[in-house]
Amino acid sequence: MVTNRQRPALFESTLLWPAIKSSLVKLDPRQQLRNPVMFVVEVAAATCTLLALRDATKSNAGFDCAIAAWLWFTVLFANFAEAIAEGRGKAQADTLRRSRSDTYARRLHDDGSETQVISADLRQGDRVIAEANDIIAADGEIIEGAASVDESAITGESAPVIREAGGDRSSVTGGTRVLSDRIVFRVSANPGSSFLDRMIALVEGASRQKTPNEIALSILLCGLTLIFLVAVTTLAPFSLYAGSMPSLVELIALLICLIPTTIGGLLSAIGIAGMDRVLQRNVLAVSGRAVEAAGDIDTLLLDKTGTITLGNRQASEIVLAPGVTQATAYRAAFLASSCDETPEGRSIVALSHQADVSMPDNAAPVPFSAYTRLSGIDLPNGEQYRKGAPESLRAWIAHKNQAPNDNHTVLSSEVERIARAGGTPLLLADATRILGVILLRDVLKPNTRERFARLRAMGIRTVMITGDNPLTASAIATEAGVDDFLAEATPETKMDLIKREQREGRLIAMTGDGTNDAPALAQADVGVAMNTGTQAAKEAANMVDLDSDPTKLIEIVEIGKQLLMTRGALTTFSIANDVAKYFAILPAMFAATYPVMNRLNIMHLATPQSAILSAIIFNALIIIGLIPLALRGVPYRPRGANAVLQENVLIYGLGGLIVPFIGIKAIDLLLLALHLTKGQS
Amino acid sequence: MSWTGWLQAGFVLLIIILATKPLGSYIAAVFAGERNVLSKLLRPIEHGCYRLCRIDPQREMLWQEYGGAVLIFSLVGCGYLFALLLTQAYLPLNPQHASNFAPDLAWNTAVSFTTNTNWQFYSGETAMSQLSQMIGLAWHNFVSAATGIAIAIAMIRGITRRGIATLGNFWVDLTRALLYLLLPLSLIGALALCWQGVPQNFHRYTQITTYEHGSQLLPQGPIASQEIIKLLGTNGGGYVNANSASPSENPTPLSNLIEMVSMFLIGAALTYTYGRYARDQRQGWAIFVAMAILFVAGFASVYAAEAAGNPIVHQLGVAGGNMEGKEVRFGLPGSALFATMTTDTSCGAVNAMHDSFTPLGGLVLLLNMQLGEVVFGGVGSGLYGILLFVILTVFIAGLMVGRTPEYLGKKIERREVQYAILAALVVPIFALLPTAIAAVLPSALNTLGNAGPHGFSEILYAYSSGVNNNGSAFGGLGPNLWWNLSLSVVMLVGRFGIIVPALALAGSLANKRVVPASVGTFETCSPIFVLLLIGVILIVGALTFFPADALGPIVEQLLMQKGTTW
Repeated sequence: MVTNRQRPALFESTLLWPAIKSSLVKLDPRQQLRNPVMFVVEVAAATCTLLALRDATKSNAGFDCAIAAWLWFTVLFANFAEAIAEGRGKAQADTLRRSRSDTYARRLHDDGSETQVISADLRQGDRVIAEANDIIAADGEIIEGAASVDESAITGESAPVIREAGGDRSSVTGGTRVLSDRIVFRVSANPGSSFLDRMIALVEGASRQKTPNEIALSILLCGLTLIFLVAVTTLAPFSLYAGSMPSLVELIALLICLIPTTIGGLLSAIGIAGMDRVLQRNVLAVSGRAVEAAGDIDTLLLDKTGTITLGNRQASEIVLAPGVTQATAYRAAFLASSCDETPEGRSIVALSHQADVSMPDNAAPVPFSAYTRLSGIDLPNGEQYRKGAPESLRAWIAHKNQAPNDNHTVLSSEVERIARAGGTPLLLADATRILGVILLRDVLKPNTRERFARLRAMGIRTVMITGDNPLTASAIATEAGVDDFLAEATPETKMDLIKREQREGRLIAMTGDGTNDAPALAQADVGVAMNTGTQAAKEAANMVDLDSDPTKLIEIVEIGKQLLMTRGALTTFSIANDVAKYFAILPAMFAATYPVMNRLNIMHLATPQSAILSAIIFNALIIIGLIPLALRGVPYRPRGANAVLQENVLIYGLGGLIVPFIGIKAIDLLLLALHLTKGQS
Repeated sequence: MSWTGWLQAGFVLLIIILATKPLGSYIAAVFAGERNVLSKLLRPIEHGCYRLCRIDPQREMLWQEYGGAVLIFSLVGCGYLFALLLTQAYLPLNPQHASNFAPDLAWNTAVSFTTNTNWQFYSGETAMSQLSQMIGLAWHNFVSAATGIAIAIAMIRGITRRGIATLGNFWVDLTRALLYLLLPLSLIGALALCWQGVPQNFHRYTQITTYEHGSQLLPQGPIASQEIIKLLGTNGGGYVNANSASPSENPTPLSNLIEMVSMFLIGAALTYTYGRYARDQRQGWAIFVAMAILFVAGFASVYAAEAAGNPIVHQLGVAGGNMEGKEVRFGLPGSALFATMTTDTSCGAVNAMHDSFTPLGGLVLLLNMQLGEVVFGGVGSGLYGILLFVILTVFIAGLMVGRTPEYLGKKIERREVQYAILAALVVPIFALLPTAIAAVLPSALNTLGNAGPHGFSEILYAYSSGVNNNGSAFGGLGPNLWWNLSLSVVMLVGRFGIIVPALALAGSLANKRVVPASVGTFETCSPIFVLLLIGVILIVGALTFFPADALGPIVEQLLMQKGTTW
């Protein structure tokens, strides 16, 4: 679900004033030119102002002034929408930036000496020492030592994390604080070009580039503007033919009503707000393009551990070997695991605790080793208990008894059954015989099935990536409800899977944290790196999740979709609005030439002037009215595309036809009530 | 309105529905080079043509080359007809001694027939020699139709192809369209028209004495063969001035039926061909349904307006519908249906005078054209025209479902939107701008037959008809240099200004990767998509022309109801 966490109020008062100021600054035609539709409105507003000034003494001066004023408002409202979106983004970014205020860093020289420099002077490749209570001055990669680090400034998570040289947890982020120990890290980015800097620039709009879909939509909007420009311009000679010319102000009013100002005015606000929503979820994206691509994802690659299952397995059952009593087996299980501090071991203790067993003194624990693949305990009285992988344990018994015996068949069908069901079988034995098999089960994260069902409803296929064998993987995949799985995955098979899916035309998203994930993250269309991951992974990805939550990807996909839907919905709304505006303006414009055209005045607007003014006012106010929708996005529920299309056509298409009829009529009545216009004579 | 009137329309639509599948699959087979019923007979001729013209039928063209071939072929054909019309007096088969065309009229006519418009600023029976009819106009009636079909097939290939950047070979597509489709169908149709009484001979015109003891000259010549391709190829240029209203071209209700069916036949079948290429017949039928809905709505409006009649005439004591300018043998529904169909398609043949329709009826005819003639449309041009609208619809709908839009698995991105918009700009700009100039240009207004809104409608109709390559006219315009030249420009841009972006769009889609469909992909054959497509066609078409139409037919209708005439 797209949650509402950390969402500032829509029009927070602290944001309001800067936004209003910024709307005025944005009137600069050079800035306005970035948005051709609104540029046309600005030119129109300027022209109307000049006309109103020229004709200041004539009877229709009031009307001209009103139109000019509302045209300026239209531009300002659109600017305001963009400014408020930027303001919200800035507020979000400032929180992050606060952590980046200049700090001192201890730069390490080749001869081992160090100097104190301010963080802004650090350059890529510099080596920096950080000790307990130091603020880490820049993004970097630990090359020496390990430390516990407080990253709450970035992630909001208060528990400290361990960062150490080598391996997958070697990166540090500027602004975080070392709590203990000493590390040396190499600076990975020059000031101003770190991930966070780029993200701040994106939400602030400074380096915001239009995304591909946004460009395509802009072309469509420009095309429509041009068409209506021709339709309105030609109306002048047409009316000349008919015998009288509508005033230039009226023609301009009609033009502005017809061109897609609603979507044109809100387009950039929608894009900025999308980036802002990504940031609210503590995700940094390198570009708007990446967020947009997230909405197009066909296949999601998810690591099993941490995303689909909790990190550890739990013992859920002990199957007894023939001739073994439950008490014997449970006692053995308890003893074999009592010194095993792994989550699996503790879960076995918890399961077998019902046996009333006490731990003898002087027992010698046998820790797990990758070589023996067993663990257990040797008691002072000579009893030995072991648990471990089936083949290893059978080999151990055979070795103990100096002879092969029939143990290799005991419980073999149970072992296989458990493996097929997605569990991990652990055999339990004493020195002479097999006592039973412990079933370790992967524990799915809560709500995984619903989560994947939702993705499926959106048309997104999920593929589980796991190092497990295919049998186990398949069982977990079935249980979790993913569509497919990649078992015994290596970085190479992962890469192959991505390339294969891409060849078939699909867009792939994946999460990763390790250095060996980096190539796949770079290859994937949307790669989300965990903040806890290595610098290499973060550089390769196009997003970084500060919370390091692999399920975040699902939310990012939803934000991407919402972004496109909001644009589509407002485009449809904007175009559908034109019908009502025609019925308001055309009869008014030709009231003098063809009074009979008043038959088309189906809204019964009071006077020609009030009709045109009402349409223009509606056209301006609707931008303000839709700012909340533009900033929050069209509500998204995961469903099939056909259902979504049907609903949105109904709401924004049909709604777009009807709403302006009501709105324009209401404004007209209001104008009449306030005596801002004369009643029909 | 009467139920028999509706029955006529229903019957025509039924024939079209029944013919769409067999003809559509035949066309698909022809252009795929597969075996078909005529291949035994025609394959040797086809290959003979290739050998003669040194064409390698296996060599396919990129869109640029395909478009280049279309342009060169059309330009040369245009020049040829221009030369022919300037010199016809010196050439044989000219029993009525028709004189040479004036250069501006010859140019207008040459462009008009090259662009499948068949706008006629002359009366066929007096100005054209039989030779010009046969080797000049008939040539273009066939090849301009075949060119349209070839481009539609190229566009279909571009949309449906996988992993191939080319669109086919224009010369091969042209040859196949002529040989396998237009010539056999015309042969059958011409014989049927002869059977109904349409002349097919080289006689001098026949002098007869009418019942009123007047004298009349009955045109003779190869009329039936010219007549059938006029409709099949949605050309519309009549052998005689009265076009299909004249008994020489369209003598009976049955010939009227044959002619009406001929107008829709190939345009409708191409939707099935499209479905065949797309490996999903529903895609074709979705387009068919959108077209059929617009057709029925158009007919219903025209029929209702004509049946309601003219209140001013009613006040004179003449009850009933508006029969002015209509042939009694076709009646109200037969005329309303023909008029709807001829403006739905780019045909432009008329069996009643559109100028005399009620303003509301005339408005629908105008609108049919202004929507881009995508209701079955011109042969080929109807399909590639509506596919351009489909691309725009897919783009808007795709945004609404939150995914980069895909059509048949191909992503619609910046370039595709750009080409579709470019094509969408042509009709409004090149209908409205020249209308605006003509509306204030004395040399244009001097020749105008009517004053007031109706005169304006005549101008608007002429350019709407020209830019959409329809060719029908409200009439009322006297040919002069302005009309000849301005209309020829409009016709050229209307034809090639859409063909080039359409081919560019096809070329850009051809080599695109196909994204497999999922639940996240919306269907482009669902009822809601069909509705949205109709909505986009109406918005782009009707909304742009609404102000102009309001000052023409709409205000005229309102005035007529109040009893004002012009």
